[in-house]
Amino acid sequence: MQSVTPPPLTPQLPRDPAPSRWKYRTQRWLLTPGFRLALRIGIPFVVVTMATSAFLASEQRRDALRMFVTETRSSIQERPEFMVNIMAIDGAGSNLAEDIREVIEVDFPISSFDLDLERLRDVIVGLDPVKSANVRIRPGGILQVDVTERMPVVVWRTWDGVEILDETGAHVDSLPSRAARADLPLIAGEGANLHVDEALALLAAARPLGERLRGLVRIGDRRWDVVLDRDQRILLPTDDPVRALERVLVLNEVQDLLERDVAVIDLRIEARPTIRMTENAVEDWWKIRKINGSGQ
Amino acid sequence: MMTDLYQSQRAMRQMRQQAMQRGVVAILDVGSSKIACLVLRFDGSGKLSEDNSIGSMAGQTGFRVVGAATTRSRGITFGEVTAMQETERALRTALQAAQKMADIRVDHVIACFSGANPRSYGLDAQVELEGQVVTESEIARVLAACDVPEYGAGREVLHAQPVNFSLDNRSGLNDPRGQLGQSLSTDMHMMTVDAAAIQNLVHCVKRCDLELAGIASSAYVSGISALVEDEQELGAACIDMGGGTTSISIFMKKHMIYADCVRMGGDHITSDISMGLGVPMANAERIKTFCGGVHATGVDDRDMIDIGGETGDWEHDRRTVSRAELIGIMRPRVEEILEEVRVRLDAAGFDHLPSQQIVLTGGSSQIMGLDGLASRILGHQVRLGRPLRVHGLPQSATGPGFAGAVGLSLFAAHPQDEWWDFEIPVDRYPARSLKRAVKWFRDNW
Repeated sequence: MQSVTPPPLTPQLPRDPAPSRWKYRTQRWLLTPGFRLALRIGIPFVVVTMATSAFLASEQRRDALRMFVTETRSSIQERPEFMVNIMAIDGAGSNLAEDIREVIEVDFPISSFDLDLERLRDVIVGLDPVKSANVRIRPGGILQVDVTERMPVVVWRTWDGVEILDETGAHVDSLPSRAARADLPLIAGEGANLHVDEALALLAAARPLGERLRGLVRIGDRRWDVVLDRDQRILLPTDDPVRALERVLVLNEVQDLLERDVAVIDLRIEARPTIRMTENAVEDWWKIRKINGSGQ
Repeated sequence: MMTDLYQSQRAMRQMRQQAMQRGVVAILDVGSSKIACLVLRFDGSGKLSEDNSIGSMAGQTGFRVVGAATTRSRGITFGEVTAMQETERALRTALQAAQKMADIRVDHVIACFSGANPRSYGLDAQVELEGQVVTESEIARVLAACDVPEYGAGREVLHAQPVNFSLDNRSGLNDPRGQLGQSLSTDMHMMTVDAAAIQNLVHCVKRCDLELAGIASSAYVSGISALVEDEQELGAACIDMGGGTTSISIFMKKHMIYADCVRMGGDHITSDISMGLGVPMANAERIKTFCGGVHATGVDDRDMIDIGGETGDWEHDRRTVSRAELIGIMRPRVEEILEEVRVRLDAAGFDHLPSQQIVLTGGSSQIMGLDGLASRILGHQVRLGRPLRVHGLPQSATGPGFAGAVGLSLFAAHPQDEWWDFEIPVDRYPARSLKRAVKWFRDNW
């Protein structure tokens, strides 16, 4: 009887498990650490790079991508949660508040992403009357500006006009005339604004002079003169003017020096205080000396 | 010729050094019936085990078997390559499986083989020391002074190990370096094999994209693993009964002093069974493995074995033989092998050794009752040997058939000093060596 199934075409060889040369090499490559690393990292990297560069190769797709990014960005930034609607200014007078509003040039409502608080603060601090400022965004969409104003302490008269200065000598404001701030003491002279602290010490020491004090004058950007009414002057030394002034005040207390007809008290040389009398006084003194001299 | 030997063996030693730095080396035992491949990882010098106890190797090995594979060998008969393509495929199979198990790529391989007509020579030389102290260069000098016998064209030196040094009248020195004396003499054991066999094996390994980092005789390496330390010290013979060959090595003072090979093995027993019973080789192998033996007893006459067959003839395929018949076929061949071994041992003067321990190992040593037969033919002190235990060796590779592979692992970890490990003395360099070095540079860069 003939077999139903056809015999196999090739005779049955004994099974040989030997790998082919290429299979063997492939397996050895796959066991090489560097090759495996290249497969694991290099191929994904290359694929991603190629896909990205293929996508970005077209100008149109690049623009679309850029547009998409911009739109998404602005749609997030312009959500009502991030909008700033009004500005509140604390610690500034009405004039200063108006100045601040003028300089910061912000059109409300604005997204808080577009506000550069650091720049705003620098602009506000750049204003003369502002000593320090604190700018932040308060919950509820309010731009909060906390301002500390400079306090004027002296009036400085120069050739160009009258200014008020704070205790550091910084410019606060310009005045139309001295009379606008009659309550503040007056200083004058070149460089006086740089030595406001000395001036304040002298003014404090000169408080016993009361209403007689007219002001301080900086002479030669070097030393101070105290100017009293009746054209009296006290010339103070460069070093330690406060002590010299106190000496004068003590003299005044004891001998009423300033009540007399004295034009200048010169303390520039400490060891040799000098007094210059007025012209009338000198003439009177000469007369008296003549009378007395004949009598002597 | 001697310098050529130096060059190639030293190149292999350098390759072994590189493999040690990489920390991974493959062991290839190319046998006639199976090819075993082990992948070793060297993890620094020998460490104690985790619980600080001293293991079976007393922390001396310093390596671990991370991959092991065995495959049926093809294209190898009598331990020699006869079909290159087939052998290469078999090597690839074993290497691929072992690398896969180890999950490491291996670039260096140390191989051993059993055939190629090994022949042993005893060499000796004596020199007067130039100074008083024995230095390394003096040892190199005395080794170089050895009279190399005319071992014939087409032969290659596989091992050349100094086994003994004597200084003046003191003999039995292992390491004479630093000692004082007048004249130094040495005994050296040199083993040569057919060069063609080595070249074929080297070519097969090269075709597998691997670098050969060493080559050894399987008689030597199975002796290393199957003999215990005192046997190696006092003198013993290791009979590695493989598939195609039976290798003999005699050890004394921890050095191999003689090696030989009988070109008969387990495959011949199988083919006897196949011829005698008229069954295929595969069936004969199975019958030999499961039912084989060398001592017939009364019960064996009644123990019937199905011998099978695939001719399609029902009567023919259902034949049975008694175990006694099987033993009757196997025993003469085993006796023949052992007689031949006896002859070789006698020729080597084994009966003059102080201790005459004989250790049987290799796959064919598992034949039941072999130790009794062997002690009748070879002498009384016969035992069956199994390879030493090494770290990470799978259970399937601990049998006596793996004595060669395990021994080769030990050889890879701690090779004994060979002739070429010492610097060649300057006056032995050929005059053109500088020219040759320049040529080598030009060829390689």
